[in-house]
Amino acid sequence: MRPLRAAPALTLALMLGPVAAGLIGTLGPAAGVFPALGGTGLSRAPAAALAQWPGLPRAVALSVSTGLAATLLSLAIVTLFTAGWQGTRAMAALERVLSPLLSVPHAAAALGLAFLVAPSGWIARALSPWATGWQRPPDLLILQDPLGAAMVAGLVTKEVPFLLLMTLAALPQAQPRRRLTIARSLGYGRVAGWLKVVFPAIYAQIRLPVYAVLAYSMSVVDVAIILGPSTPPPLAVQVVRWMADPDLAMRFQASAGALLQLLLVLGALLMWRIGEIGVAMLGRIWAEAGGRGYGEAALRGLGLVLAALSGGAVIAGLAGLALWSVAGFWSFPEAWPDALSIRAWARHGPALIEPTRDTILIAASATALALALTLACLEAEHRFGLSPGARSLWLLYAPLLVPQVAFLPGLQAFALITGSDMGRAAVILGHLVFVLPYVFLSLAAPWRAWDPRYATLGAALGARPGRVFWAIRVPMLLAPVLTAAAVGFAVSVGQYLPTLLIGGGRVQTLTTEAVALASGGDRRIIGVTALAQTGVVMAGFALALAAPRLAWRNRRGLRGA
Amino acid sequence: MRFLKSIASGLAVAIATQAIALKAVADPDPADWPAVLDAAGGQTVYWNAWGGATATNDFIRWAGDQVEARYGVTVAHVKLADTADAVSRVLAEKTAGKDSGGAIDLIWINGANFAAMKRNGLLFGPWAEDLPNWQYVDVEGKPAVTADFTVPTEGLESPWAMAQVVFYYDTARVAAPPRSMPALLDWAKANPGRFTFPQPPDFLGTTFLKEALYDLVEDPSVLQQPTDAVDYDAVTAPLWTFLEELTPDLWRGGRAYPQTGPRQLQMMADGEIDIAISFSPGEASTAIANGQLPDTVRTYVLEGGTIGNASFVAIPYNANAKAGAMVLANFLLSPEAQARAQDPNVLGYGTVLAMDKLAPEDRARFEAIDLGIATLSPQELGPALPEPHPSWMTRIEADWTDRFGVAD
Repeated sequence: MRPLRAAPALTLALMLGPVAAGLIGTLGPAAGVFPALGGTGLSRAPAAALAQWPGLPRAVALSVSTGLAATLLSLAIVTLFTAGWQGTRAMAALERVLSPLLSVPHAAAALGLAFLVAPSGWIARALSPWATGWQRPPDLLILQDPLGAAMVAGLVTKEVPFLLLMTLAALPQAQPRRRLTIARSLGYGRVAGWLKVVFPAIYAQIRLPVYAVLAYSMSVVDVAIILGPSTPPPLAVQVVRWMADPDLAMRFQASAGALLQLLLVLGALLMWRIGEIGVAMLGRIWAEAGGRGYGEAALRGLGLVLAALSGGAVIAGLAGLALWSVAGFWSFPEAWPDALSIRAWARHGPALIEPTRDTILIAASATALALALTLACLEAEHRFGLSPGARSLWLLYAPLLVPQVAFLPGLQAFALITGSDMGRAAVILGHLVFVLPYVFLSLAAPWRAWDPRYATLGAALGARPGRVFWAIRVPMLLAPVLTAAAVGFAVSVGQYLPTLLIGGGRVQTLTTEAVALASGGDRRIIGVTALAQTGVVMAGFALALAAPRLAWRNRRGLRGA
Repeated sequence: MRFLKSIASGLAVAIATQAIALKAVADPDPADWPAVLDAAGGQTVYWNAWGGATATNDFIRWAGDQVEARYGVTVAHVKLADTADAVSRVLAEKTAGKDSGGAIDLIWINGANFAAMKRNGLLFGPWAEDLPNWQYVDVEGKPAVTADFTVPTEGLESPWAMAQVVFYYDTARVAAPPRSMPALLDWAKANPGRFTFPQPPDFLGTTFLKEALYDLVEDPSVLQQPTDAVDYDAVTAPLWTFLEELTPDLWRGGRAYPQTGPRQLQMMADGEIDIAISFSPGEASTAIANGQLPDTVRTYVLEGGTIGNASFVAIPYNANAKAGAMVLANFLLSPEAQARAQDPNVLGYGTVLAMDKLAPEDRARFEAIDLGIATLSPQELGPALPEPHPSWMTRIEADWTDRFGVAD
């Protein structure tokens, strides 16, 4: 029993150790300490250099505004959609479409969206020249706009599926049907009633995922490079640029920037928290005012349209990339390529086999480890009655709340010092830091919602705790366990910076290949690698969906679980 | 007894392996080439090279297959999105005190990245001028092969390709391309939104700025001196005036820029821009052959000539497979590899070798190459202007970012 009792502590150490080590490695250079570059004493110079960069105010403003906008919009869309359509067939249908979209890597979704909405993109092609009169793509600033609208759109399309999945996981505990029945019998409209009686219970549960979305959106690098402004870029992108500057002395400034990024994220989280309190106060007044809701039909329509639009954009973008991967020459304003050929696949496909193998190996190992640790933590909590203090949960999410640029370079140095770098094993451990919180996030709610009377029943029949776990609990919760595994798998496949920095470039996954190849801008190659990347993750999700159905085909009671 | 014996023999094997390992760890002497070849056999060379272009990736794969078949050296191409990632890596290893067995054996490098690694003592060598194939290198005719952006290479890196700035344009949309910077400005005013350059500090974007400076400055010889030695503000004043006028008529009004050079290929194919800058005279022909550009695209250079430089490979000071890396670098200098790289259907890169130093049958390899419809002949390409001193690049880049890169 000992090891099980130690599981939560071990898990926390595995999560927090790397983050702490990485942050120390960032703090040093930010304060002027970097022996290999001659920085041996504390200095204010890095902070001063950062402050003197003329792009700083705008870069900071962009980080904050795009992050907040993307989070607010994603949350609003998910809330409105769930409020208007929960329990309907439309919801079930869209849920089936949106959930797999979680698996589409951010960069692939962004590249797809870029091709969709660019002035020379698919939509413009489909409408030209017959409707627009454009023989040439117009000189319109749609992508990389200075306010970051395209970037926000790209982030929203990816965060909506994530928040929706989290909301769906939280729904059963909020008992929406009962609450809504009462609200509706009192004459409240569907949307108003849901917002007033169900949403508060839901939000309390999805708060951490929302924070993770905020932190991620503020410090995202790949999506920002593809869709975001560049004169100047958001702070996180600029930090990565400085890290990559041939003038190695820029590392000092980069570290100071990374630290500022961390402070920004913490500040924004605080702002969000204050906003929550404000909204809660206003919400109470609104709820007590007793309005039964108006414009219900319009709100429901809006929710459906926005959710469908966000899902549709990703699917259409992927379709565009798929078409590009088999396109011959394809000029504007043709809506279809002149010719189709499998040349790009024949040329690049074979070279992707090895990265695919490594991607799967790393993702499967990291996921298996994360799953084992998560289950051990949850089971320890159940058996020893350890109450999962809100505080310890927070710690678990630290890797999601601390921007990657703020601790990964430091973590790389740490891995080098301990001599534990370069191998797949090190990369797997590095991925675990990011995979575990998501696995925990996905699994905790359904696991805790399991009725403990089954365990009592099992014990009464003579089963020891181990047998209860393996023979009753895991089989009953097989579907959520596998869903969590699929989410973790997807997170691992999408990791770029951790793979590059910890693997020393020697461990190549589909994502590192995709990013390197995408730097050349050839849409055919981008199409091939993005599809390969998405394909691997989708296969994981398909397996997670199919396995319980196959395993329990003769157990009707479990199939709905 | 048998148990003890097996332990003893196990120990002996272990010691022997240790000895072999030690032998491999000791730095190979490039002057003793047979010993280098001997040490290289069985090594795996991790070649860190930018992975953004299909053509170069294919060439690297081919070169790897060749040295594997001939010398038993395995080559693994670590595809980088940015060469600076490799520099960071070596720096991180030095920080951590990892002075041998590093992750990187060979880096495709030049310019500021080389200058930074040289300055910080992150390179192995000198070795390049001891390579057997160094005898064919056109040291006299191509000063860029021993002076990387005016920084002496001192045998710390070996050249493998020549590059020269060219512009490409679509003849279907542009009748007569502008052959000087003032002409380009006039053309841009008449065709707003149809020209751009990669955003500095992308090296190609900075190259455009340097090229403009060359064309606009009265006495280009000042560019060979460090910026501290001349009146920087006076020399660059015409450049900033030119850019103030040009920027509003750039693609997207100068409010967004392509982030890399190759990104311009797609923009050209989409018809978003009509003229683009490239550092590879064969890039357009190669892109046409790959179906990335329409076959109406052609290349041209400016009347006053364009900047030329060389691409190099360098070995980090803590590389794990130095011998293997040298064998690969030597192979890249072979007439066979150089001729293949020059073929526009493969890579379209200029050779660093001197034709008059080659044996007739090797010279024939180069004469047989069809340079492709969009590639200029060496005569048309004209003489390459030397790269300005690196301090120009650094300062212009920083000033451009302050003036245009953080626009409101």
